[in-house]
Amino acid sequence: MLLAILSGFLIAICLLFLGKQLKGNLPLIVSILPISLFVYFCTFLPEISEGQTFFQHTTWIPSMGINLDFKLDGLSLLFSLLITGIGSLVFLYSSAYLKRHIYIGRFYGYLCVFMASMLGVVLSDNLLLLFVFWELTAISSFFLIGFNNDNEASRKSSLLAWAITGGGGFFLMAGFILIGSISGTYSVQEMLSSSELLKNHSLYALMLFLIFAGAFTKSAQFPFHFWLPGAMKAPTPVSAYLHSATMVKAGIYLIARFTPILGNHPYWNNTLLVVGGVTMVYGAFHSIFRVDLKGILAYSTISALGILVFLLGIGTHDALLAASVFILVHAFYKAGLFLIAGVIDHETGTRDVTQLAGLRKVMAPLAIAGGLAALSSAGIPLTLSFVSKDLIYEATLSSGNSALLFTLIAILTNIFLSYSGYLAGIKPFTGALPDKFRKVHLPSGFMWFPPLFLGLGGLLFGLFPSLLDKSLIQPVLHAMGSSDVVVSLKLWHGLNTVLMLSAITIVCGIILYLIFKPSLKGLIAIGKLDSFAPQAIFMSLARGIKFIARRYTKFMHDGFLRSYLTKIIFFLVCLIGYYLVKNVDIQWYTDKHTPISIYEAIVFSIMILAIFTIVFSASRFIAIISLSVMGFCMCLFFVYYGAPDLAMTQFSIDTLTTVLFVLVLLKLPPYLKIKDKAAQIRDGFLAGSFGVLISIIALQVLNEPTNKNISRFYADNAYLLGKGKNVVNVILVDFRGYDTLVEITVLTIAAIGVYSMLKIQSSEIE
Amino acid sequence: MKIILLKTAANYLLPLLLLFSVFILLRGHYEPGGGFVGGLIASIAFILHSLANGLDRTKALLKYSPFYFIPFGLSIAILSGLAPMLIGDPFMTVLWFENPMPVIGLIGSALFFDIGVYLVVIGVTLTILFTISESV
Repeated sequence: MLLAILSGFLIAICLLFLGKQLKGNLPLIVSILPISLFVYFCTFLPEISEGQTFFQHTTWIPSMGINLDFKLDGLSLLFSLLITGIGSLVFLYSSAYLKRHIYIGRFYGYLCVFMASMLGVVLSDNLLLLFVFWELTAISSFFLIGFNNDNEASRKSSLLAWAITGGGGFFLMAGFILIGSISGTYSVQEMLSSSELLKNHSLYALMLFLIFAGAFTKSAQFPFHFWLPGAMKAPTPVSAYLHSATMVKAGIYLIARFTPILGNHPYWNNTLLVVGGVTMVYGAFHSIFRVDLKGILAYSTISALGILVFLLGIGTHDALLAASVFILVHAFYKAGLFLIAGVIDHETGTRDVTQLAGLRKVMAPLAIAGGLAALSSAGIPLTLSFVSKDLIYEATLSSGNSALLFTLIAILTNIFLSYSGYLAGIKPFTGALPDKFRKVHLPSGFMWFPPLFLGLGGLLFGLFPSLLDKSLIQPVLHAMGSSDVVVSLKLWHGLNTVLMLSAITIVCGIILYLIFKPSLKGLIAIGKLDSFAPQAIFMSLARGIKFIARRYTKFMHDGFLRSYLTKIIFFLVCLIGYYLVKNVDIQWYTDKHTPISIYEAIVFSIMILAIFTIVFSASRFIAIISLSVMGFCMCLFFVYYGAPDLAMTQFSIDTLTTVLFVLVLLKLPPYLKIKDKAAQIRDGFLAGSFGVLISIIALQVLNEPTNKNISRFYADNAYLLGKGKNVVNVILVDFRGYDTLVEITVLTIAAIGVYSMLKIQSSEIE
Repeated sequence: MKIILLKTAANYLLPLLLLFSVFILLRGHYEPGGGFVGGLIASIAFILHSLANGLDRTKALLKYSPFYFIPFGLSIAILSGLAPMLIGDPFMTVLWFENPMPVIGLIGSALFFDIGVYLVVIGVTLTILFTISESV
């Protein structure tokens, strides 16, 4: 499994170097990867359907509990098959869609990274590992949305999507760490046993908040849904793959994965019900007013994601069953519709449904695919979607107290969704063919075959739903913690309420399609609500943050060294001073101090003199020289107290710093004599308190019982192990040689920094 | 700043100080000293020379830009750490020659590490100081 995930990253790295060579039909070669992965995951089907799970453990950072643990169970398998299956079609499709695009190599690189990280998300058993892959999917999505990087709108959309999903990622990480530290493990399967502990914990609400923040942003739930319509700026295969079939379902996956751990609690269910319910109605309602094909599909995808969250919120066995079938169904028809929209856009140059008509005459196979997808989205009998719709109604009907309300909003949503399905899948192909589309012709088979394949797949599974139940859906339910009941999917449930509700939905959908025509007017009318929409609120929030950031930067980064120093010292004095006053019992033992000798007294008075010279001198040159006098006096103290190494180093450093000072002296502005009394007092006070603080700390250190073990070890072993008599040097080059190596590297970086900054600046002036 | 006294002194002091810095470097393992201090002293020698004779003369004397000292020294330090891995010891294990050399004493890979430090320090200090004095 590790190799299956890594292969995507490896191919992406190869594409980095070979991307330029991907011309003509060569991109098809890359498609071998998802196809072979799909086959690989299919081989697990028999064992998984018998209830087995596969686990692979590779040690990574055991000290932090982060290991490359991958687990394949029903839920993971369902998603893995979707990722690789839809992925195969999208890879094939893109080879024709982006034919002769200059950056096609780059595109496939991003897709590979995405596929690999998405597989990582659904296969990881370790939460932190899952998080890493989660972020990687957001990053690859960012690059794919902004793939047409010469277009400003697409750059903006990618940034928005990144801000929302990345921001959610922060919460998710916090949630994972919280859950991990309470349950004591980051392994999902080990967490199952601490489910009760987590649910009864006082921080349960916080956990839910954090996890949901991550899941809802990723899965475009209200009020974070608005990045998804923007993400439609990506090339259409990307929209089909990431923003409808797989990545946006990562949030759903996460909720499903946590259902057996955190689920079945009023907070859990009610949050999901409210958010999912609002999202599904909101998205479906908005979708019928759009005229852009991809806009329609984006909003209906939001609505579908809402349905999934809603079903997970109901949380009964029926609802989980409905959700797992719907994940599959939705991937089939929505990816199909997206791919069809891509073909239409590619061939006619427009995605406006008010203009598109009659295309069946020029693109017959695509019209069939469109029809199948539309019927699937409407839940017409004989499609798998019919089965799934029945399951949804069964779930809402049996959901207890609010059954009536739930059923009603589910019906409403489904009516809107079937309308938007007709709009996207049937409307462009029916009616009279406008003259301007006469020359439109069917594109390469790689573009029309995948949507047709998906449509036929939906039909096949619709006719024989028993192909799925035991083999795939049962293990999925098992993974969500709802086992034992044998699932059996049937096309015909008999004449009952559910069938009647399905009929109502279909009939209403058709009536709506016949009456309500898409027009710009509707779009404008709904556009008036935009200023109250979450997107507007989010944007003004972003502007506010920008404003505060600018003010803050202006205050903290005014560009004057003296004010930086003032702020740093002020902060330090406050922080350490607070700690000292609060927590440390300050004592003064004079008996531990050695008596003051005459040398020390002399050096000390020289230092005092030097300080006064520095403070009161009118010349910068004199001040600098006095400063170096201070430094040399310090060296003398080191000599008195038996640290000749330190003294030597300090001596050389002091000499060099003085030279450095003298060098830049000419460059500095004239020495100002500060007249402002208030500033003088402020600076004097700050300097004085900093000095006092350091003195107190120095004296306090003497009071602490010192641990001599370490220094004794070095003293004892310097000659035995290091063969040297100078302990300091043996420590530097032997015991702690690693540190020294890093230190000289840091020195190197500093030198490069100075060199490049000054040299580049001066060459720019020339 | 062409002071004849300083100039004459610097010309004689340069070799002396360099010799002294090598002495400090070599004795580091037994007496106070080492690569870091040695490098600083050598840099001071060059700085003194440049103050007395001008930067161009010092650069001509050095022949190579002090910048090249850095990667050279860094490589020596890393290679001295890698060397023990050739015979299967962990990174940065110190190896020693059997017999002490005359004058210098016992030689081990730690000494080469120290030489690396010495060169890096010279390179860094001179690069920073020369760059600054050139751009001022």
